[in-house]
Amino acid sequence: MSRLNEDNVRIALETIARYPKARSAMIPLLHLAQQQDGYVTNEAMAHIGELVGATSAEVFGTATFYEMFKFKPVGKYLINICATMSCALMGAEQLMHHAERRLGIKAGATTPDGLFTLEHAECQAACTEAPTLQANYRYRFHVTPATFDALIDDLANGRLDAEIPPHGTVARIRQRIPADRVVGPRSPDDVTTAPEWMAVAPTASGGGQ
Amino acid sequence: MTTTETNTDPEALEPVVDPNAVSIVINGRQVTARKGDLIIKAAEDNGEYIPRFCYHERMSPVGMCRMCLVEVDTGRGPQLMPSCMFAVSPDMKVMTNSPIAKAAQEGVIELLLANHPLDCPVCDKGGECPLQDQSVSHGPGESRYIEEKRHFEKPIPISELVFLDRERCILCDRCTRFADEVAGDALIHFTHRGNLTQINTFPGEPFASYFSGNTVQICPVGALTAKSYRFKARPWDLEQAESTCTTCSVGCRITVQSSRDELVRYQGVDSDPVNWGWLCDRGRFNFESVGSGDRLTVPLVLTSSGHEPTSWNSALGSAARLIKDAITAGGANSIAVLGGARGTNEDAFAWARLAHDVIGTPNVSAQLADGLPIGLLALNRATIDEAASAATVILIAPDLKEELPVLYLRLRDAAEKHRSRIIEFTPKASGISRYAWRTVFYEPGTQAGAVATALGQADIAEQIAKGTVVIVAGRANLAESSAPTVAALLALTEALPQATVLPALRRGNVVGATQVGLRPGRGGLASLGILDAAASGKIECLILLGADPLGDVPDADLARRALAGARRIISIDTFLTGSSALADVVLPAAAYAEKSGTTTNLEGRVTRVAQKVTVAGTARPDWMIATELAQRLGAGLGFRSDSDITAAITEHVGGFEGVTAAVLDANPNGVIALAPNIDAINEPMVTLGDRNAYDYRLIVSRKLYDKAIVTTKSPSLAPLAGTSAVYVNPLDVTRIGSAVGAEVKVSSARATVILPLATDPSVQRGTAWVPFNQPGANIGELIDAAASVTDVRIESL
Repeated sequence: MSRLNEDNVRIALETIARYPKARSAMIPLLHLAQQQDGYVTNEAMAHIGELVGATSAEVFGTATFYEMFKFKPVGKYLINICATMSCALMGAEQLMHHAERRLGIKAGATTPDGLFTLEHAECQAACTEAPTLQANYRYRFHVTPATFDALIDDLANGRLDAEIPPHGTVARIRQRIPADRVVGPRSPDDVTTAPEWMAVAPTASGGGQ
Repeated sequence: MTTTETNTDPEALEPVVDPNAVSIVINGRQVTARKGDLIIKAAEDNGEYIPRFCYHERMSPVGMCRMCLVEVDTGRGPQLMPSCMFAVSPDMKVMTNSPIAKAAQEGVIELLLANHPLDCPVCDKGGECPLQDQSVSHGPGESRYIEEKRHFEKPIPISELVFLDRERCILCDRCTRFADEVAGDALIHFTHRGNLTQINTFPGEPFASYFSGNTVQICPVGALTAKSYRFKARPWDLEQAESTCTTCSVGCRITVQSSRDELVRYQGVDSDPVNWGWLCDRGRFNFESVGSGDRLTVPLVLTSSGHEPTSWNSALGSAARLIKDAITAGGANSIAVLGGARGTNEDAFAWARLAHDVIGTPNVSAQLADGLPIGLLALNRATIDEAASAATVILIAPDLKEELPVLYLRLRDAAEKHRSRIIEFTPKASGISRYAWRTVFYEPGTQAGAVATALGQADIAEQIAKGTVVIVAGRANLAESSAPTVAALLALTEALPQATVLPALRRGNVVGATQVGLRPGRGGLASLGILDAAASGKIECLILLGADPLGDVPDADLARRALAGARRIISIDTFLTGSSALADVVLPAAAYAEKSGTTTNLEGRVTRVAQKVTVAGTARPDWMIATELAQRLGAGLGFRSDSDITAAITEHVGGFEGVTAAVLDANPNGVIALAPNIDAINEPMVTLGDRNAYDYRLIVSRKLYDKAIVTTKSPSLAPLAGTSAVYVNPLDVTRIGSAVGAEVKVSSARATVILPLATDPSVQRGTAWVPFNQPGANIGELIDAAASVTDVRIESL
């Protein structure tokens, strides 16, 4: 669909400058692309390749390794229902059936209005709170059909906008490091000598500080 | 210390210790390994084969497949280790087939076969498959898995030449490592994760590497298959012979494989001084042209109703008569021989004898007005190994990735491994610019000045002083004469007298043909002179030895006038090319793999080429045609076989004294032969026209895939040729007043052609680049061989 827009290219170039090697910025830039479009487009991956000096295939290979990068359009809210052991024992299957009926879609699909995508998830590391789900990776514990319906209503009506931003949002306040405070790291390839000895002041007990 | 001086007791002398020897124990046997060797290699060198899939000697180890697990005891007790990831250490004990090692290896095979389909009977790899072989030799024999195997769509084309079957893939990382590490084209990569991990390209971006065929050869299973070989043969039906590829002058060692007397495949052979096992796709897949139905199979003579097939007897009679008539009409000097670079040394020597001794003409050239003067071969020659290990490599050469691809791989490797620094002089970025330490762009014609300026810079001077220097020299631009390049080369060799030179002349055996005698005799004309003489009607009989001036000579008008001006033309060729279609007599020649002999690469390395299949129709090797013609001209050359000629070359050609049949048999990697009696190169005259007359200075260079007859007649390669276009710097587009993709008028002082406009940021402003011999308008129309450079005007239509 789209390459990185002008604002994001500026952020991308700032990000790249923080790393000794441009291609180290690949994953932060993939997040940026996902934030822009809600998912990572092929065009954005090709663009990132150009920006960091990698082939599109290398960007694609890296990106597809990660579960949280999506490559097809995702709803504004991604609902992940845990299906692993503790949650399964506590009724995750029934919860999923309820969710499917409530949203009118099967797991893995997106509602026609583009608001919700429903997915199975592996263990969300909150077994004591089973069954759990995440809405755009924000936890909900001890989910029942009733609390699920309430969550969906709240999301649809924008009552949770403050807590749960749209899918792809990495952070609502972006860290900006002014140019004069960038470390200016050296590429490992350029380091040919051993690091300098650091002077250590002896302490009263005779050891190093 | 007088005692040591007087001590002559041999027992008391310290034994010489090899500092690189490491003593280790493999399977209870004390052996000596080399310091730094990986266990898997040390074991193999000492006769203990450790099974492997991902390990490849020419690539960095990754420990991906776990097949090479062995028990190793470094003094801390035995433990399982992947033997491709650890170097030998003193007194290391390695057990390659202990019960624990065997259990581990069997386990790995069982795991690999959990998903690998057992479709061996219909798999191209079956019969030569490392997974199949090692399942038998190191596998458990049966599996505990009863689950469904994973499924993918199969096979999918990942390029025009290669198919991928992801079900068969064992994720060994060989092809992806090759693409990234060796070829520098990381267009395939591991994608997805876990059980869904697969090799793939970026969606819609094919694995369009010039070296993609190598991944098929190194794939340890049948996951990657070549379009040209799929379902063509079974490995156990293949016959093979080791040979040398003569597609370009790098001279990669290959095995030529045939089934039922038909070529089906070339495989790279790991020749340490040359190709390290790699081939380019053009060399690997152009075997298809040998079996083409368009091959010339019978001699043709021109009659009033066109070419008529005839018998060899009558065709040779006609050819001999044409030569005799020419001698009568204009003397021996009115006969010229052009070509011979596509044949063997034996072909070239027989033709050199025929031309120089029997006919008596000095007008002989193995080049086609697109190389450099043969005095290049008189300079101190470097080998590929020397170039790839020199501290500094200076390139004043065509784009090696396009013209001499495997030399590009070797130099790229040298730069990537920090052995060499490359200083490149080029009119536009080349394939190797990414790896060059310095790329100096020059405006066509001004390279001598660019060289002088660069040599005067402190950092470049400092780099050159660091060690050996090798100059790779060739013709980067077909739209300029050889003079500017020669001037730059002489400037380099004068400034760096210790430097050696690797000639980057591209045609297969051009160096060999020239060294054994297919070169101008005293007072004779070189290729350009021959064409000029023919164009002005001074050539009674022009003999084209596999040469197609209409396709290969940059100056299209000169080529046309030469073929029209030559009174008679005799062509010896494998196909009816544009030029041979004009010949009075066309004699069908045996192609590569249809004749045996020797060839010489750009280093001067002589290796054997082998016959593997029967000739097409009644075609004959060039040397046999020369012998027959000599006989009809009343002077037998006395050759009855190619080995007679090999012996004659050893006896008569300076530099080839040591190159006997026995030496060649003992050295499959070849021996270097340098002809000592080639005249030195002369200082050329460079005249640059008024730069204001036209806007753009023209660069014309070759691409790997073009309209060359052998590419056109190979169905796999033919679609890979691009289209003709004129490339300018993106900033020049508005100046032209046109848009990318629109057709523009490109005019030189001589002619005008219409070409689509394209951009390339590596083309310097004020220059324009057009790839040579591509489908579309012929840029050769604009080139004047007599001018030092070609200036063009580009106007929107």
